[in-house]
Amino acid sequence: MRVTQGTFSFLPDLTREQIGKQVQYCLQQGWAVSIEYTDDPHPRNVYWEMFGQPMFDIQDPEGVMMEVDSALQTFPHHYIKVNAFDAAIGWETVRLSFIVNRPANEPGFRLNRSETKGRQIRYTTQAYAADQPVGERYQARD
Amino acid sequence: MVFSKPLKTSTVEDRAMNEPATPQSDRYRAGVMKYAQMGYWEPDYEPIDTDVIALFRITPQEGVDPIEAAAAVAGESSTATWTVVWTDRLTACERYRAKAYRVDPVPGAIGEYFAYIAYDLDLFEGGSIANLTASIIGNVFGFKPLKALRLEDMRIPIAYVKTFDGPPTGIVVERERLDKFGRPLLGATVKPKLGLSGKNYGRVVYEALLGGLDFTKDDENINSQPFMHWRERFLYCMEAVNRAQAATGEMKGHYLNVTAATMEDMYERAEFARELGSCIVMIDLVIGYTAIQSMSKWARRNDMILHLHRAGHSTYTRQKTHGVSFRVISKWMRLAGVDHIHAGTVVGKLEGDPNSVQGFYNVLRETRNEVDLSRGIFFEQDWAGLNKVMPVASGGIHAGQMHQLLHYLGEDVVLQFGGGTIGHPMGIAAGATANRVALEAMVLARNEGCDIWNEGPDILKNAARSCKPLEAALATWGDVTFDYTSTDTLDFVPTATAS
Repeated sequence: MRVTQGTFSFLPDLTREQIGKQVQYCLQQGWAVSIEYTDDPHPRNVYWEMFGQPMFDIQDPEGVMMEVDSALQTFPHHYIKVNAFDAAIGWETVRLSFIVNRPANEPGFRLNRSETKGRQIRYTTQAYAADQPVGERYQARD
Repeated sequence: MVFSKPLKTSTVEDRAMNEPATPQSDRYRAGVMKYAQMGYWEPDYEPIDTDVIALFRITPQEGVDPIEAAAAVAGESSTATWTVVWTDRLTACERYRAKAYRVDPVPGAIGEYFAYIAYDLDLFEGGSIANLTASIIGNVFGFKPLKALRLEDMRIPIAYVKTFDGPPTGIVVERERLDKFGRPLLGATVKPKLGLSGKNYGRVVYEALLGGLDFTKDDENINSQPFMHWRERFLYCMEAVNRAQAATGEMKGHYLNVTAATMEDMYERAEFARELGSCIVMIDLVIGYTAIQSMSKWARRNDMILHLHRAGHSTYTRQKTHGVSFRVISKWMRLAGVDHIHAGTVVGKLEGDPNSVQGFYNVLRETRNEVDLSRGIFFEQDWAGLNKVMPVASGGIHAGQMHQLLHYLGEDVVLQFGGGTIGHPMGIAAGATANRVALEAMVLARNEGCDIWNEGPDILKNAARSCKPLEAALATWGDVTFDYTSTDTLDFVPTATAS
């Protein structure tokens, strides 16, 4: 399967040049770019690990891309996303967030069903990879 | 009795405060008097910051003076009745009278006038759309001296805005809950809208969400019919939502329509939706303003996104000379507190002049509206921190129009492709994928600085090279447009719907 979180997951994986252009767009809007990574892609895992602070003071897209490169080198088998944060009044939230790296093999999620009262079912979703400890979940494909 | 007949004298204080249009002694003589003379026309009045202001389009009957007509609207929507009543003098009546203070001829429309009317804040109960509308559109729309009357726009003072809770979730929090940023959301209404069993209905939901949509939706008239009881629908739809969520690793939702005959029924359905883990419920505009506000408060208590379908609105919003403009309905619904509202597509099958529709979207989404006559916005409006409403574009739109949709509507919108998903030649999931790929390709290109208005068709063709479903969608619907002139056009920049 393919986890389709993030703004551009239905497109072919973005090239470095394409990522750079999105970063440039974010900086032009006055947004702060940040990088996050995880090996727990549960749809409601809102707190991915921060790869450093949001880059409030970097104006040069290439400077941001160096950080992206560094994240890719450090966590080649993790999910990595690039976020853009808008501190303007009325927003104060993320305005763009897209995945720039994903594990070579994505085993996906198990849907657990507990039959409860009457015909109701209680659903929980669990990443197959999450059976392993943090840091040991996704490996390079042999 | 002390007050057995009209009082003929007034105190000095009265005279100083009231400055009546006619001498005080004559003003309260029993009988009929022109509304303008009764104090409902005050050309020198300057609205204060706490006034509610309404702009009406009035079309007086032959021979009726437009200023008298405007004064009559002010009177009938506030304190007046058809004849003088002495009991006015037991009140601070000058303050409670609405004041028509400006009447302009409508450009290019003979016999029509824009009347500006100011209302004192104390005329309205805080936090009640029912009370606000009972005055502003209560009796006055049937008033005989007018051929037609339309409420075009309103300025709601911050002091009154602050008495409303507004949208329980709003655009920002909805996006954070769904973890979806930077692009319009995608939805589809299950079709056929009537007749599917619960099990078959859930199949459509599952396929559409699996293929790439964020939301699916009940139609406005799906409640609890012989072919599908509401509980059946809820149970199967939540199976579909959870399956699709696990298959994609992405948050999904289905707007479960809880519209029903009574509040008790609606609460029962909404609570069942919550119990099943739904992130969103839906209501129809026809349930009425009070029921909408009740459901808004329920949604706020239950962390629920509240979707509003504007069923019935065209009966009073579409005709240019009579009724209530949808921009006013948008303002009322932002106050009443809904998170989603259908607000037009520009390019689809339903009524909507592009600039008017953008005006509605601005009312719903901006923190403050500036005067923008080209989009039908007559007043500055400060929303005072009230959450933003996500507009929904639904009705006759397809993947081939993606560049136009993004251009006209921006990215904080739910694009609903019902037929454009379910009618796809390769199936429902393929239809959903076509829409999602078209959308992401267009946002990517826009962010890269492409001129999507002109290059849009090429961007879509290019994206279709690696996406068969998009290729098929473009081949099926690429040329379909709904090119009709709108009936509800603007007065300052006449336009026709472009496609």
